[in-house]
Amino acid sequence: MKSILLQNAMLIDPEAGTEEIGSLLIKDTKICEIGAKISLASNEVEIIDCTGKYLAPGIIDIGVKVCEPGERHKESFKSAGLAAASGGITTIVTRPDTLPAIDTPETLEFTRRRANETAPINVLSMAALTKGRQGREMTEIGFLLDAGAVGFTDCDSVISDTKVLSRALSYARSLGALVMGHPQEPTLSKGAAATSGKLASLRGLPSVSSIAERMGLDRDIALVEMTGVRYHFDQITTSRALPSLRRAKNKGLDITAGTSIHHLTLNEFDLADYRTFFKVKPPLRSEDDRLSVVAALKEGLIDIISSMHTPQDEESKRLPFEEAASGAVGLETLLPAALRLYHSGHLNLPTLFRALSFNPASRIGLPCGRLIAGAPADLVIFDPHVPFLLDRSKLKSKSKNTPFDGARMQGKVIWTFVGGRAVFGP
Amino acid sequence: MGFYDKNLLGIEPLSPAAISEILDLADSYVELNRRSNKHSNVLAGLTQINMFFENSTRTQASFEIAGKRLGADVMNMEMQASSIKKGETLIDTALTLNAMHPDLLVVRHPQSGAVDLLAQKVNCSVLNAGDGRHEHPTQALLDALTIRRAKRRLHRLSIAICGDIAHSRVARSNIILLGKMENRIRLIGPPTLMPSGIAELGCEVYENMCEGLHDVDVVMMLRLQRERMDGGFIPSEREYYHRYGLDAEKLSFAKDNAIVMHPGPMNRGVEIDGEIADDINRSVIQEQVEMGVAVRMAAMDLLARNRRQTYQEVIA
Repeated sequence: MKSILLQNAMLIDPEAGTEEIGSLLIKDTKICEIGAKISLASNEVEIIDCTGKYLAPGIIDIGVKVCEPGERHKESFKSAGLAAASGGITTIVTRPDTLPAIDTPETLEFTRRRANETAPINVLSMAALTKGRQGREMTEIGFLLDAGAVGFTDCDSVISDTKVLSRALSYARSLGALVMGHPQEPTLSKGAAATSGKLASLRGLPSVSSIAERMGLDRDIALVEMTGVRYHFDQITTSRALPSLRRAKNKGLDITAGTSIHHLTLNEFDLADYRTFFKVKPPLRSEDDRLSVVAALKEGLIDIISSMHTPQDEESKRLPFEEAASGAVGLETLLPAALRLYHSGHLNLPTLFRALSFNPASRIGLPCGRLIAGAPADLVIFDPHVPFLLDRSKLKSKSKNTPFDGARMQGKVIWTFVGGRAVFGP
Repeated sequence: MGFYDKNLLGIEPLSPAAISEILDLADSYVELNRRSNKHSNVLAGLTQINMFFENSTRTQASFEIAGKRLGADVMNMEMQASSIKKGETLIDTALTLNAMHPDLLVVRHPQSGAVDLLAQKVNCSVLNAGDGRHEHPTQALLDALTIRRAKRRLHRLSIAICGDIAHSRVARSNIILLGKMENRIRLIGPPTLMPSGIAELGCEVYENMCEGLHDVDVVMMLRLQRERMDGGFIPSEREYYHRYGLDAEKLSFAKDNAIVMHPGPMNRGVEIDGEIADDINRSVIQEQVEMGVAVRMAAMDLLARNRRQTYQEVIA
């Protein structure tokens, strides 16, 4: 395989927290050398001039829903893979909330096979923590780990039986498995389509107090303390949850936290016109909450940004707000939306890529997500300044339910490399 | 400034001038409705369809009479019984109706925002006859007209809205309308029936009814919406009546000439004492029904005028 030299790029190193101009040499599937000037030993090198462009470790997106098995018309591994590649995402970690749920080694093997056959990027899978995501009996965590599951989660269906959850967590701990939970008090948030407050009251939407997130978080933290399991909260979205999270981390529990790109860049006022593309779970929060979550991300209290990619077809969204399905697609808009936080001056690029690439890779235990010699050449080259209007009909995802339809965005992916091979480029 | 919109979906987008314009025209229709020949032909040739996705006798009858008195061809569609049961979506229903070229669509729907959704998909004028817990603009307008005729003004009044505010679209539309007209609004009810963040709209919130009613000019009672409750909001109807039902004793805290209103249908002995509801010196509940027809005639008349205006502009 030919070597590729990416020359004169602005190299963003999330691990060191630096951004400086330099070059990067890819040999085979790995990063071979990084430096201000790289002297070439042979002529067998393809040179790509990246002057004025930015180079960062490819994004690792935890919590992507690909609708195989069950609803391939909404999203397949192929369409999700193409969408991810064009969004600068080099690894997706899929959710098990499919039809049927991925809760046996057999269904997991099916998705692993489908993914390897069709997706141009790395696909890793999570499995359900309980059978059928019903919250009653734990899945075969050991077998599922052997079959390649990198994490266990029931997604947004919260296990309300604490005894079931505590047993599943103890068992997962004994195998060193990572468990991902959705912090939410399920009875309080039942039927909610918005966050309690003036806007939800004016629009007459059923709503849930932001305290429900803290209640779910507090319970799960107590169980982590009891069982010692490795635990990741998929989405922390309110300021009220942050003190509990801080205490738990200070105590030294093996906890990490994520948030979704939508909660970082949108707020409850986007629901004012009853646009169902803005209906996500948990519902969009107040502007105060959004700013607190951005600050927590900057500080490192929140570790990971995910797209929480949830494809929905037109039929499930063209309904009155309460009846419409939750979720938004996000693979292709993750980077440009995240760059809003850079352009607004909230975060610098190394901090952003720490949450997009380095931290998720470390949490899953992957060698990617960093710019060092020997790491896999999973890279994204982008220009953060190119402006564009998002047209949802141009998305590569099979489902077009993006809340950013018609939005002004800034930042475009130019190249995406996975294992040293260009999977997206001009 | 006035009412130039294509649709009447809520009070929120209306200016005070637009509200006054509708009320002024409604005043003239009150006179027409009291004559023996009640017929006008301002809507002659226009088709009005009433689509009620939720049970209603009173509002539907009011809209039907209003349309007929103005000479429109009125049709009622019982939506619960029809295609919705066959799995047709709201948008498909809207598109089907749109192809029949109606001019006015009067819609009630159990879900907030559903009427807005429907209005985006059709060409005709849409009038919201109540959507979920969101808005019920003609109810707020008829309440305003009733107050204006009883009190001779619609500003600087102290108005108490009492009871099940959380489930009430009537309360929301009234809070917005009366706030726009610069009145002092008090909301009275148990905290379980009070929507969150409502004080941010400039209302005073009371949990004690006697305190809340102190010196008010208008007492607006709301129906306890038992059908919208999935349990556990109040301990029992008798305790609710004891603490929040309007009786003579609680009413004595209001001004001596305070009027009592209720959007109907009433639960006598739950939120209001039967004798007060029937007291012709205090209760304006029958007037509210009368004003309802007049306000709906005015709203439909203005919507039709706005349509003709737009149509002529297109021709020109």
